[in-house]
Amino acid sequence: MALVEIKGLRKSFKDLEVLKGVSLTVEKGDIVALIGRSGSGKSTLLRCINGLEETQGGTIEVGERQISAKMAGLREYRQRVGIVFQQFNLFPHMNVEKNVTLAPVLTGKVSKAEARKLAEECLAKVGMLEKINAWPEQLSGGQQQRVAIARCLAMAPELMLFDEVTSALDPELVGEVLKVMEDMARQGMTMVLVTHEMSFARNVASKVVFMHQGKIWEEGTPEAVFGDPQTPELRAFISSTHH
Amino acid sequence: MRSFGSIDLLSFTTAFQYTVLLVIMALALGAPLALGFATMRISRFLPVRLLAAIVLQIMQGIPLLALLMFVYFGLPVFLGIRMPPLMAVVIAYTIYTAVFLGEIWRGGIEAIKRTQWEAGASLGISKLQQFRHVIAPQAFRIALPASVGFLVQLIKGTSLAAIVGFIELTRAGQLSAAATLQPLLVYSIIAAIYFAICFPLTLLSRKLEVRLHGSR
Repeated sequence: MALVEIKGLRKSFKDLEVLKGVSLTVEKGDIVALIGRSGSGKSTLLRCINGLEETQGGTIEVGERQISAKMAGLREYRQRVGIVFQQFNLFPHMNVEKNVTLAPVLTGKVSKAEARKLAEECLAKVGMLEKINAWPEQLSGGQQQRVAIARCLAMAPELMLFDEVTSALDPELVGEVLKVMEDMARQGMTMVLVTHEMSFARNVASKVVFMHQGKIWEEGTPEAVFGDPQTPELRAFISSTHH
Repeated sequence: MRSFGSIDLLSFTTAFQYTVLLVIMALALGAPLALGFATMRISRFLPVRLLAAIVLQIMQGIPLLALLMFVYFGLPVFLGIRMPPLMAVVIAYTIYTAVFLGEIWRGGIEAIKRTQWEAGASLGISKLQQFRHVIAPQAFRIALPASVGFLVQLIKGTSLAAIVGFIELTRAGQLSAAATLQPLLVYSIIAAIYFAICFPLTLLSRKLEVRLHGSR
């Protein structure tokens, strides 16, 4: 049974339909890369999976449970599904440790006494242990993003969503974040990511999904999608990213 | 007629305690209501938002003096209840504090980006926890200078309570001036007392503002 099963998903913002019947399956352990031009609906799809957007049609099932922005139990669901944002969205009034442990403590996952240990474990995974007492404003973008990933990991999610997590970073900081994500992929985390990093999609993803005009235009293994694109739209997109 | 003396200073001291009492009660009762009012102003439910907006418009359009007179003279007429001056002024200043402090706090809350709520929500913490742990501390920092500024307004504003016969600092001054026929001296002293309280607060407010912007 697939971990994520999306069928005929539709989503509009006022009169603008951004998802026009999207169906996608994510198996446990999959690394799914969503690629496409901006405005193609990739980020919206990701936000729908986290219940951040209300949808107008179709279904999203995660772990055989139907997901919607208004469902009861949305909170418990989100505790099992992490999302990392483009703009990091760390809590600026808390130090790194508190950022990581806030949700686990509030939801009763760990006691206050165990919180420090949990923060240390999660920060070690993203190579940020030595910054445990730092404040977000003292960190570079890449470091902030790694803390944001650690903050998700602290909830021990079974699925991680990444929404263009390297797009707001200076080019020289992109690598450190991608490396963390690669490590997570290697350890078997199920991941869905929206990315403009084509080499990452090519080398790490188990499945690449090309979105265009609110639809899934093409999908397959990285070799198939990048090596043998079937549609002119995908061909044009791939050649536009080759620089 | 008598000359200005220690008896006047003594009555100022007593009356000043009532000024302080009034400020403290207005804050103690008004601040929780202000928080409620601020959340009404940003509520997801249109009728709630609308109600708060109407209340705000009315309160912003009415002088504090008129509100005081309405509570003290008007409410007994409409409701048939007489109330002591203390109760009347406490009610009026509580409403005043709730609305204006609430509006300051609403501004602080709305200054926090929506993505902060979202980051909290995506971690699976409740709306209340998002507000309590993520939004409120940041909003409070932003709203603090303006809140202290409001406190200064409130302290000076309590002088209006004299109009309904509540003996606070200004009213004591009026009585003393009438008895001694030395209004210039009396009101200079009264003014100096207000200034001595409000000036440090104004400085504090400005300092907080600088610190807030300095750390950005």
